[in-house]
Amino acid sequence: MTQTLTKPSVPATDERIGKRSPLQKLLGRPEVGALVGAIVLFVFFAVVSPTFLQPSSFATVLYGSSTIGIMAVGVALLMIGGEFDLSTGVAVISSALTASMFSWYFSTNVWVGVALALLVSLAIGYINGWILMKTKLPSFIVTLATFLMLTGLNLGLTRMIGGGVSSPSISDMDGFASARAVFASSVRIGGIDVQITVFIWIALVAVATWVLMRTRVGNWIFAVGGDANAARAVGVPVKATKIGLFMAVGFCGWILGMHNLFAFDAVQSGEGVGNEFLYIIAAVIGGCLLTGGYGSAVGGAIGAFIFGMANKGIVYAQWNPDWFKFFLGLMLLLATIVNLIVKRRAELK
Amino acid sequence: MNAQKIDQRTLLQNEKDPLTHTPVHLLSLDAVGKHYGNIVALKDVTMAVDNGRVTCVLGDNGAGKSTLIKIIAGLHQHDAGTLNIMGEERKFDSPRDALDAGIATVYQDLAVVPLMPIWRNFFLGSELTSGFGPFKSMDVQKMKDITKKELAEMGIDLRDVEQPIGQLSGGERQCVAIARAVYFGAKVLILDEPTAALGVKQSGVVLRYILQARDRGLGVIFITHNPHHAFPVGDRFLLLKRGKSIGYYDKKDITLDELTAQMAGGAELAELAHELEQLGGHSDVVKEVQAEVADVTHGTETPKQSGPRHA
Repeated sequence: MTQTLTKPSVPATDERIGKRSPLQKLLGRPEVGALVGAIVLFVFFAVVSPTFLQPSSFATVLYGSSTIGIMAVGVALLMIGGEFDLSTGVAVISSALTASMFSWYFSTNVWVGVALALLVSLAIGYINGWILMKTKLPSFIVTLATFLMLTGLNLGLTRMIGGGVSSPSISDMDGFASARAVFASSVRIGGIDVQITVFIWIALVAVATWVLMRTRVGNWIFAVGGDANAARAVGVPVKATKIGLFMAVGFCGWILGMHNLFAFDAVQSGEGVGNEFLYIIAAVIGGCLLTGGYGSAVGGAIGAFIFGMANKGIVYAQWNPDWFKFFLGLMLLLATIVNLIVKRRAELK
Repeated sequence: MNAQKIDQRTLLQNEKDPLTHTPVHLLSLDAVGKHYGNIVALKDVTMAVDNGRVTCVLGDNGAGKSTLIKIIAGLHQHDAGTLNIMGEERKFDSPRDALDAGIATVYQDLAVVPLMPIWRNFFLGSELTSGFGPFKSMDVQKMKDITKKELAEMGIDLRDVEQPIGQLSGGERQCVAIARAVYFGAKVLILDEPTAALGVKQSGVVLRYILQARDRGLGVIFITHNPHHAFPVGDRFLLLKRGKSIGYYDKKDITLDELTAQMAGGAELAELAHELEQLGGHSDVVKEVQAEVADVTHGTETPKQSGPRHA
């Protein structure tokens, strides 16, 4: 309103462009398709399953969402930065195995293992990013190679050191109780136990959103994903930004790995394969453009929430969980199509 | 041909830099060369840029224009000759280096990131921040305000600095990039074929911004293959062909017709006409080329004549 009053002398800026209503602006947001999908899915399960709306069930849905969502934060940022990572699923397990095997083998306090696992996770991310930047190969190839190597290392080293397919139990070791309190405890809110991962997830989404929208690094992430050459030409440190993103994914993997370890006290060395796609799916459903330069951390969170709802909702609706994967595929297709339509509509108006 | 080439070394003996009043060029290249493997991309190129002057670099595709600006912009490093900034020899390792030395480049194809809002593009790589330590955040409102103000000063009135820059027209995008370079205190502004992909009117708008940048005291390097765009705004003209300089002129020593003739290369056009005839090319096309040959060799071609004939 005030704009039209303060600039009367300027001829109409462009008569071909009308005003965008706040609704249209909202529809232009990357995560709106996912939000619509999440609401539809929520209502759907609320109708078909009476238990779905119970607070305890909802806490379970949130927990399921958080274990995907924590990784989806990093994966979404990386996707906005124009790359993706196929090694995330097994890298989570690598991190957990590092912490448990190291502290078990050397009989140290588990926190030493936890710290080492953080270094290993960041190093995996760094190596992924560094090879990518050095070779300029597609991230699909580089991280597929890392995925295969880590899968082999997880199985091979676990058998070599521990002599089995799972890591030995570390539940009686020093520091286990405090580490469990940090990574795998639950908080009682209104009579319901909410897993701590839910809070970690929300905190990560908040930090990632702040970084993306309000910091220089966020600007660089959009730029390296949108057009890396243009970004480099105006002085954006493209290599450092991309390597940093891979390390951020590594950090998220470390958190989830530590949760897996301290929630159960032992880790199966063959786990994690296939999970990388769940994280990517969550980011894509959440409106992150696979080719980079567009998306949001909140979108990735909504994508993970859709995943959590579908995963647990099928159980609460007492359907056969065999159908889950089909359902997930359908969700992916529908959500991305809705994203596309909504985005085109919003841009046309 | 009575165009007089510039003797590089004596250029500023009688003429001082209009802004700094020192007898030193803002930027100068002396016998600069560059090769990729065994391919010589640029050889023995000498030119100068001064405050408040427009130096035009003209040449056809493959003449070495891109290589030349990539060297000045820090994307590539030259391997022969010297590059001087204010009389001091420099070699840039990265675009950041060149930017820090006050050299900003506006690229034809990679000026901006299309999906990002205008204000994010405007400040990309030089974002304003407030706060300190790990809590340093961008001063979004200030950046939006400055973007709006700076663009308005350049005569671009924007609806919404929040809209993706990809929605602007090609000319507007170039202008945003020019405004950005001017705002960030560039001393040297390199414009890579800013008018190549634009229509007549849009080109005119961009040419006006080039003059605005010049009047603000910037040294402008204007790369183009169109002498009709270069002549009205340029003060000096460097002509490149196959990686070599085929002429370096001051505006007072050359006319548009001579410039066009040098660019087109009368002999080559004649050869082309001959070739087309042999290939049984369309007679109209052959006639057109022959007419052009006649024009060029007699130095009578003007934009007004060429307009309708190509239409």
